[in-house]
Amino acid sequence: MSALSLSAPQGNLEWRLPSRGRVGMYCLIAAESAIFTIFVVAYLFYSGKSLTGPKPSEVLHAPIFCTVGLLSSSLTIHVALRRLSAGKTAIFGLWWLLTIVLGGVFLFGTAREWAHLIYDEGLTISTNLFGTTYYSLVGLHAFHVTMGLVALIAVAVFCFTSQLQRQHAERVEILSMYWHFVDAIWVIVFTVVYVIGV
Amino acid sequence: MSPTNIFAPVSTPAESIFGLSVFVFSTMAGIFVVVFALLAYAVVKFRSQGSHGTEPAQIYGSTQVELAWTVIPVLIVVALFLAAARVIGSVQNQPRPQNAIEVVVTGHQYWWEYRYPRFNIVTANELHVPVSNPAHPTPTFLTLLSADTDHSFWVPRLGGKTDLIPNHPNQMWIDPHETGVFLGQCAQYCGTQHAKMLLRVYVQPREEFDRWVREQQQLAQTPESAGKRVFESTACVNCHSISGTPAKGRFGPDLTHLMSRDTIAAGAASNTPDTLSLWIRNPDAIKPGSKMPAMGLSDQDASTVAAYLETLR
Amino acid sequence: MSANTIAISEVPVHPLSLRLHEWVTTVDHKRLGVLYIVYALVFLALGGIEATIMRVQLIRPHNAFISPQVFNRMFTMHGTTMIFFVAMPMVFGFANYLVPLMIGARDMAFPRLNAFSFWMTALGGLLLYFSFFGGDGLYGAGSAPDVGWFAYAPLTAKTFSVGHSTDFWTLSLLSSGIGSIGTAINIIATILCMRCPGMTLGKMPLLVWLNLVMAGLVILAVSPLSAAQLMLVADRYLGGHFFDTQAGGSAVIWMHFFWIFGHPEVYVLVLPAFAFASEIIPVFSRKAIFGYPAMVLATIAIGFIGMSVWAHHMFTVGMSAGANAFFVLSTMAIAVPTGIKIFNWLATMWGGKIRFATPMLFCVAFLFQFLIAGLTGVTLAVAPLDWQLSNSYYVVAHFHYVIVGGILFCIFAAFYYWFPKFSGEMYNEALGKLHFWLFVIGFHLTFDFMHVPGILGMPRRIYTYEPGRGWDMWNLIVTIGVVFQAAGILVFAANLVWSYFCGKRAGNDPWDAWTLEWSTNSPPPEYNYAKVPIVRSRRPLWDLKHPEDPDWRYE
Repeated sequence: MSALSLSAPQGNLEWRLPSRGRVGMYCLIAAESAIFTIFVVAYLFYSGKSLTGPKPSEVLHAPIFCTVGLLSSSLTIHVALRRLSAGKTAIFGLWWLLTIVLGGVFLFGTAREWAHLIYDEGLTISTNLFGTTYYSLVGLHAFHVTMGLVALIAVAVFCFTSQLQRQHAERVEILSMYWHFVDAIWVIVFTVVYVIGV
Repeated sequence: MSPTNIFAPVSTPAESIFGLSVFVFSTMAGIFVVVFALLAYAVVKFRSQGSHGTEPAQIYGSTQVELAWTVIPVLIVVALFLAAARVIGSVQNQPRPQNAIEVVVTGHQYWWEYRYPRFNIVTANELHVPVSNPAHPTPTFLTLLSADTDHSFWVPRLGGKTDLIPNHPNQMWIDPHETGVFLGQCAQYCGTQHAKMLLRVYVQPREEFDRWVREQQQLAQTPESAGKRVFESTACVNCHSISGTPAKGRFGPDLTHLMSRDTIAAGAASNTPDTLSLWIRNPDAIKPGSKMPAMGLSDQDASTVAAYLETLR
Repeated sequence: MSANTIAISEVPVHPLSLRLHEWVTTVDHKRLGVLYIVYALVFLALGGIEATIMRVQLIRPHNAFISPQVFNRMFTMHGTTMIFFVAMPMVFGFANYLVPLMIGARDMAFPRLNAFSFWMTALGGLLLYFSFFGGDGLYGAGSAPDVGWFAYAPLTAKTFSVGHSTDFWTLSLLSSGIGSIGTAINIIATILCMRCPGMTLGKMPLLVWLNLVMAGLVILAVSPLSAAQLMLVADRYLGGHFFDTQAGGSAVIWMHFFWIFGHPEVYVLVLPAFAFASEIIPVFSRKAIFGYPAMVLATIAIGFIGMSVWAHHMFTVGMSAGANAFFVLSTMAIAVPTGIKIFNWLATMWGGKIRFATPMLFCVAFLFQFLIAGLTGVTLAVAPLDWQLSNSYYVVAHFHYVIVGGILFCIFAAFYYWFPKFSGEMYNEALGKLHFWLFVIGFHLTFDFMHVPGILGMPRRIYTYEPGRGWDMWNLIVTIGVVFQAAGILVFAANLVWSYFCGKRAGNDPWDAWTLEWSTNSPPPEYNYAKVPIVRSRRPLWDLKHPEDPDWRYE
C-alpha cells in the first residue's frame, strides 16, 4: 500500500541545522562536566576533614610548569586547526605534534608529582580523606588527558600517512573541543586543589 | 486499633504532624474530587457516538483557562508550603528545656543502645521515659548515633522518624502525654535483620520512672554461680557488660538488668527462660543473621548461663 | 505524484544464523528499538517474579517462605531490575524507534554509537543477574546484591557487604550508565540536527520534545550516579574513604550523590510516558493537543525544577530546618507543571469524540492513576508528613502508583498504539481489553490498599512483620492483587505473540493519526521515507487529510 506523499514543492527552503558532531561533543562535555562536578564537590566537602595524615599545605606544590604546558596546548591545537582549515597539513602536523608533546609533558609531570607524594610523603589514596579525594580527582582528569592524547595520536597517524585533508578540519575541530574541555577542567581542578583547598 | 498508627498521636511532634496532615489530606481530597469528576464527566460525555463521521472542533488552547489552572495550583502550593514550614520550625527548632530527660541512642546491627548520661545508666532496646504533662512538659530529647550502618528511630505515635547515621549525630524529641507501651521499629534498611530491630517505648508516671532509674543504677547483685563463671570465662564478656562484674564488652547489649525487660533480641522474642536459653544456644533460630554468634556451649553450660542471666533483675 | 516508498520485490528467506547475525550487528534504529523493548520485556518478567516472591513471603506475619537473606536480595534486585533494565530500556527503545520517524529522519545521528549503547545496557543486565551465580567472594558470602537499589553507605562498605554482591550492582550499573549516556547524546543530536525541512522546534510532536528533555536529564543525572559508583569502587578496592565514616567520611554525601541521580531519574522515566499520552490521547479524542506551547514549557520546567528537588528523599536524615523547607518548596513547585499537563490532556478530551480502543483505555486509566500518584506525592513533599511516612509502605505505594499506574500503563498504551506500525499486524482488541481490565483490577488491589500499612506504621524492606500491628489484612489484599496483574501480563504476552503471527494486516495508518510515522509503511522500510518529508505544522497528516482547514492556519 503506498504511503501518503508529503513532499510539496516549496521552492528554495533555507533549512540549516547544527552539525551532529558538534552537538554530540557538547553533550559529551556536559555529561563529563557533571561527573567532574561530583568529584569536585566531594573534594571541597572533605577539605580539612581528614582525621589523620598529611595535609594539602604540607605536601602539595602547585605544578606551575605542567599547567602552563597543558594550557599552552590549547593554543597550539588552535593554531594547528587554523593551518588545517587553510590546507597547510604539514604545518598542521607540526603544531599537532607540539600539542601532543605538551600533553605528554603534563602527564609526565603528574606522574612525577604522584611518585613524590607516594614515596616521599607517604600519601596514597587510602591514607586519608585528602588522599582519596586528591588522587581520584586529579587521576580522573589525567585519565581524560590520556584518552584525549590517544585520540590526538590517532589523528597524528592519519596526518603522517597523508590521509588527512582540509575537508577533515571540522571533525578535527570537534576533537579539539574535547581537548579544550580537558584544559578547562584542569583550570578548575588546579584552582580547587592547589589554591582553594590548600 | 493499630498500635503504630500515625493518625493516633500521643506526643507533640506526632500531634503537630497529625494536624498538618488533616489540612494536607483534605486539600488533596478536594483536588481529587474536582479533577476526578471532570475526568469522569469527559469520559462519559464525549464518547464517540457510532461511526467516525466529522471531526470535532479543533481547539488548540485558551490562554485564560491555562492561566487559571496555573495560578490556582501555585496558590495551593504556597499555602501548603507555609503550613509545612511552620511545623518544620516548631519541631526541629524546639529548644531543650532544663528538665528534659536526655538519652543517647546508638543504633547497632540489630539492636538499640540507650545511655542516660545524667543518670549514668545503660540499657538496651526498651526505652523508658516519663509521661509529660502538657501544662508542665518534661520532654525526652534523644541524641541519635550509629555504631555501624544507617538506622532510623520510628515510633509513629510519638513522632516522625529520624535517622541514626554514623559520623552524623542527629537529635529528636518526644513528650508523650499518655502512659503505656508504644511500639515501633527501625525504619532504615540496615542489613539482614533490619526487620527485627523493634522498638518499645515505656511511658511511665514520674514516680515509676524515677524508681526504674534507681533500679537501673544499681550494680548487678548476683552471688557467684556456675553460670556466672561460664559467662565470665567464655567470649560472652567480649560483647556484653554486666556492671559490677568483669564483663565490660561494648558490642552487644548491656545485660545488667536483663530481667527488667519484656523482650530479648530487640523485640524478636519475649523474655522467658525458654527463649533465653534458645537464644544462647542458637540465635539463628530466633533471628537468623543477627550478630550474636552461636557460642557453641554445651547444653549444660547454656542452661547454667541462662540461669545466671535470670538473676539479673 | 511519486509514492513515498519503493516497491519491495520478493525478499529471500535467510537462514536463521544470518538473521541472528543481522540482529546482533544491526545499527538500524528500528531494530535497536525492538531489541531494547524485547530486552525490557524479559527483565519485566524477572522483576515480576522477584516481586511475587516477596509478596508471597509477606502474605502473613512471620511467614517462612524465604529466608531474610533471600528477601533482601529480592527487593534489591527487583528495584534495580525494574528501573535500569525494564523502564529505561523500554523508554530508550521507544525513543529509538519513534524519534527518527517522527522527525522525518533516516536514522539516529550516530547509528554505531546507538548499537554500542544498547549492548552496554544489555551487558549491565547480564552482569547483574550473573551475581546469582558469581557473587560469592572469599568468605562464601555474596550472591545477588542485597543492599537495596539505592545502596546506602556504609552498608555497601567492604566491612558490611562482604563478597562481591555489591560489586555486581556497581559494575552492572556503570555499564548500563555508559549505554544510557550514549543513547541520550544520540537522541539530542538527532533531534537538534536531523529534523526534516519545515519542522522547527515549535513544530515537533510532543513526543519528540519530551524525549529531548528526557535525554538532557539523563546526561545531567546519570553521570553523578556513575561518579558516585566510581567512588564506591575506590572505597571497596583501593582503600578509599569517600563513604568511610570511620575515617571522617560521610554516609550522607552518598545519599546526596545518589538522589541527585535518583530524582531526575524518575522524570527520565515519566517524561516518555507523558510523550505517549500526548500522542495517543489527541488521536483517540479526535482533537489536537490542547495548549501545545504550555505543554512544552511545562516539560522544560519539569526538567529544570526536577534537578533541584532531590533531598526530599532525605527529609529524615537530619538536614537543617531551612534546607528541609527549601526542598519542600521546590518539590511542591514541580507539582504545578505536572498538574498542568493533566489539565491539558483533560481539555484535549473535552469536546472530542473519544474512541475507547485499548491504547485509549490505558491512557484514561493513566490519567486517573497519575492524578492520585501526584496527590500522594504532594502529601510526601510536606516534610513533617514525610517524617512519618518516609521509608514506609506509603512511599512504596506512591512510587509504584507512579511507575506502574502511570508509566507502565502509558507503555502498554504505546505498545498497542504502535504495534501495528512496528509489525504490520493489528493486535487482538478483545485480548487487549482483557489485559486492561485484569491489570486495572490487580493494580488497584495491590497499590491502593498498600498505602494503609504505611499509615499504620509498616516500614519497607522488612522480610516479615509482627502480628498485632493491624497490617495483616492489608498485606493479604496486596498480595492477591499480584495474581490479577500476572494474569494481565500473560494475556498481554499472548496477544503480542498471537498478533505477530496471526494478526490482521494493518495498513499504514490504522488509527487515522497525524504524525509522520503513519505516512510510511507498516513496518517502515529500512530507510523510513523514500523522500524527505517537508512539514508546515505540528500535524502534517492532518494538513493532508484536511486541506480545507490545515493546522498551520492556527499555529
